[in-house]
Amino acid sequence: MSEQQVRTHAIDMSSVLRGKGQHQEKNETCIKVENLNLFYGDKQALHNINMEMPKKKVTAYIGPSGCGKSTLLRCINRMNDLVDSARIDGKILLDGENIYDKSVNVAALRRRVGMVFQKPNPFPKSIFENVAYGLRIQGINDKRILEETVENSLRGAALWDEMKDRLNDNALGMSGGQQQRLVIARAIAIEPEVLLLDEPASALDPISTLKIEELINELKEKYTIVIVTHNMQQAARVSDYTAFMYMGELIELGTTSELFTNPVKKQTEDYITGRYG
Amino acid sequence: MDNSKIGQHISEQFNKELEDIRNKVLMMGGLVENQIEQAIEAYTTGNMELAEQVIKQDNEVDLLEITIDQECTQILALRQPTAFDLRLLITVIKIIHEIERVGDKAERIAEMAIKQAGSEAKISHYELEHMAILVKGMLHDALDAFARMTLDDVPAITALDINVDREYDSILRQLITRMMEDPRNITRTLDVLWTVRALERIGDHACYICEHLVYMIQGEDVRHLSQEELEKRVKVSK
Repeated sequence: MSEQQVRTHAIDMSSVLRGKGQHQEKNETCIKVENLNLFYGDKQALHNINMEMPKKKVTAYIGPSGCGKSTLLRCINRMNDLVDSARIDGKILLDGENIYDKSVNVAALRRRVGMVFQKPNPFPKSIFENVAYGLRIQGINDKRILEETVENSLRGAALWDEMKDRLNDNALGMSGGQQQRLVIARAIAIEPEVLLLDEPASALDPISTLKIEELINELKEKYTIVIVTHNMQQAARVSDYTAFMYMGELIELGTTSELFTNPVKKQTEDYITGRYG
Repeated sequence: MDNSKIGQHISEQFNKELEDIRNKVLMMGGLVENQIEQAIEAYTTGNMELAEQVIKQDNEVDLLEITIDQECTQILALRQPTAFDLRLLITVIKIIHEIERVGDKAERIAEMAIKQAGSEAKISHYELEHMAILVKGMLHDALDAFARMTLDDVPAITALDINVDREYDSILRQLITRMMEDPRNITRTLDVLWTVRALERIGDHACYICEHLVYMIQGEDVRHLSQEELEKRVKVSK
């Protein structure tokens, strides 16, 4: 083959194409977990977790049931404080500040770190009041501000066009997918920095699921998002980074495209390809 | 990564589907190897029947290519495979294309065999046969590497391509001389040239198969690299 020249040329090309520079753009860290251990009573649920989650990116946690992914997620806005038997050591830094520091006001922290659960949990109030709730408890009652925030939040949650004429209807009359987007609207109304999503689409039909995924894609322009999901394809579709957890340990954290095409650890490979672990 | 990797899924049905695809690829490879063997024999002995047979066999190969492609598409759509499974299917889709092209080359050699039969003034078959043995071996080893899912022999296979190219160049020089000596030879000599060219391309396809296998097993794209670079990148267990 007289392709020798073509080949040498191609080497240069390929090294450019494979250039790591593109992948490893320096991301600003939003959340940093340092040597985190969590115990429920005597049982250790998280073992020495260390990881960083970059700003305005989506990080997904995947892993089998009971691997600690929801527990880890809940650590990020100190939801585990509500569990009596839970004991935590280690640090979680949000913008460089340890959220487990004694000086931290938990209510203020949760304003910065919003959370959405598996089952939509709207209040039995009107759609408008659901979204306005966060502002009202902060003492904001100015009608103009409330209206503006509700509209922006509902737009942000891709719900405005469907709901703009029904703002006074009871939120419990909405469909499951709409309720979930309403809850997201309620979470973003108070302009958090981080959104924690715990299985946000697992109770929804495929179309509503796609809408939520689409929404996540839009929300990451403004928020740092951490999502727990059992649905691996969903993790693959929506996230920039994926963390695989197993038995309370972080096994592998990498860019989603790498982790799903060429994982480093055998345990990750076995899990995502559905093999016996 | 041994080939038992295919059979470890929790879904037994998925194991079967992958195993079935793997078997079909090997069957297709076997058919094509056979085609080359017979095409060369037909060419060197002038056995027209055998040549016809090679040409007919190409339909079988084409059919297998279509079937395997469809099965891969099915699995991609229904199972959303990831990691090794995903790379396996992508690789299968690519290597059956290479195998099919090799089948076409065998068919071309068989056609040349029919065209050449009856004319005297034969070129020495010795060099052509030697080249055929080389490329057949490369293809066989590449398919074997796929069957065993190991990269151990890959650098050796791709290294042989340099020998094939060298032989091709040397035969080419002879053929050019022959054409210059007597222009009446040109048409016939061009037919020989097509045959030699077909063999040389079979060697290339064997190399491409090897490159796809590296992606399948190692997850690394080593296409368009020099032999030295490829040897550096491929992780062999020896």
